[in-house]
Amino acid sequence: MKRIGLKIAIMAIVAYVAPSWAGESPAVRNCTWCHGAGAQGYTVAPRLAGQRPLYIMSQIRSFREHARDNPFSKQYMWSAVTALDPHTARDLADYFATIPPKAANDGDTTLASRGRTIYLEGIPEANIVSCYACHGPNAEGVRDIPRLGGLAYFYLKGRLEQWGEGYHSGTESPMPMVASHLGPDEIAALASYLSFVK
Amino acid sequence: MMGARSHEAEASGGRRGGRIVKALSLRMALQAATVAVAFSTTGHAADGGAPARQGGLEAKLEYCKTCHGLSGQGYLGYFPMPRLAGQQPEYIEAQLRAFIERRRTNPIMFNVAHVLSPSMLTALAMHFRDLNPKPFGGGPRGSLAEGKKIFDEGLPEANVPACSACHGTTGKGQNEIPRLAGQVYEYTVGQLTGWKKERGQGSAIDTSAIMAPTAHNLTRSQVEAVAAYVSYLQ
Repeated sequence: MKRIGLKIAIMAIVAYVAPSWAGESPAVRNCTWCHGAGAQGYTVAPRLAGQRPLYIMSQIRSFREHARDNPFSKQYMWSAVTALDPHTARDLADYFATIPPKAANDGDTTLASRGRTIYLEGIPEANIVSCYACHGPNAEGVRDIPRLGGLAYFYLKGRLEQWGEGYHSGTESPMPMVASHLGPDEIAALASYLSFVK
Repeated sequence: MMGARSHEAEASGGRRGGRIVKALSLRMALQAATVAVAFSTTGHAADGGAPARQGGLEAKLEYCKTCHGLSGQGYLGYFPMPRLAGQQPEYIEAQLRAFIERRRTNPIMFNVAHVLSPSMLTALAMHFRDLNPKPFGGGPRGSLAEGKKIFDEGLPEANVPACSACHGTTGKGQNEIPRLAGQVYEYTVGQLTGWKKERGQGSAIDTSAIMAPTAHNLTRSQVEAVAAYVSYLQ
């Protein structure tokens, strides 16, 4: 009985998701399989839609070189990029960048305004820098600096924690220094705010 | 592995739905497991308290260098962050005070600077004076000769004095006159093209007014040429 219920649920999901696969190339589908329909992100796999192409390429490179070494990267992305040649990587990055991103809107609304203040101003007294200086007024990113606006709360929170836990990203980035000053409350506030940014 | 899976999903015909269901249920099981892991690890991390709030000069210097480069060589974020290395201490102090008093308009640097004590201002400025990293680089190389000519000789017909007259023949600056050597290209272009808007607020009490007519008289391509030239000066 339970099984039938599960099957019905799965069929419902297939019926909902399947049409959006139409027209996707096999290479794209290999990504959206985990990164969600329309590359809008799915649980631990972040949204790729609207992401900066140079950032996507730099991360693919860091997965290939095993430089980005947090558990999910090791578990999924290290093997996922092994067969990706640089040309395909660039095509994928360009393709995902053109998809309009949707905001996850899954943070804690009561923390969002505190998060916005930290994003724009930092906390100078605590030597926490402003995120805005690098990620832009609307968290849109630029060049190889990622778009953060509208990413999922748990992804943002996990990433900010990982910098402080000693994981690496493989790019020359000030983020380990930035995140080492953030406490759990600040991380929760920032991740909440950013999840709502369109 | 990934390729095989995509070919499977591509296969058309009557079996397609069944394969997708099978693959999807596998995917869901995997994702359920990973979500469980995510919750357990984040829960664990939340147990730790906020990191200790450091005070003092060292912590503040690290804070400056987070944006201005690990050696103070400058950095390109969404906005260009100027090189501070080798900068004239009097200039740095004067600018930090200009941010605090809103004579120089910059939302980020107002927040940064208004918490700094006068003695911290001086200590930070003195620290950066002694750093000497290579230029950040990245400026276009197409018009370096034109840039050098403007820097060395100015543009007399356009009322642009030689930059070297005040900033020194090697662009190192002096006292309140800033070092230009090795400055981040995008930063110099931004300042010279937006002088009045960003830096024209304090002309009555500081030296910012001196640059206003010069910045006004340079065309965009001349600004780019001279900014590129100084960006490579060591």
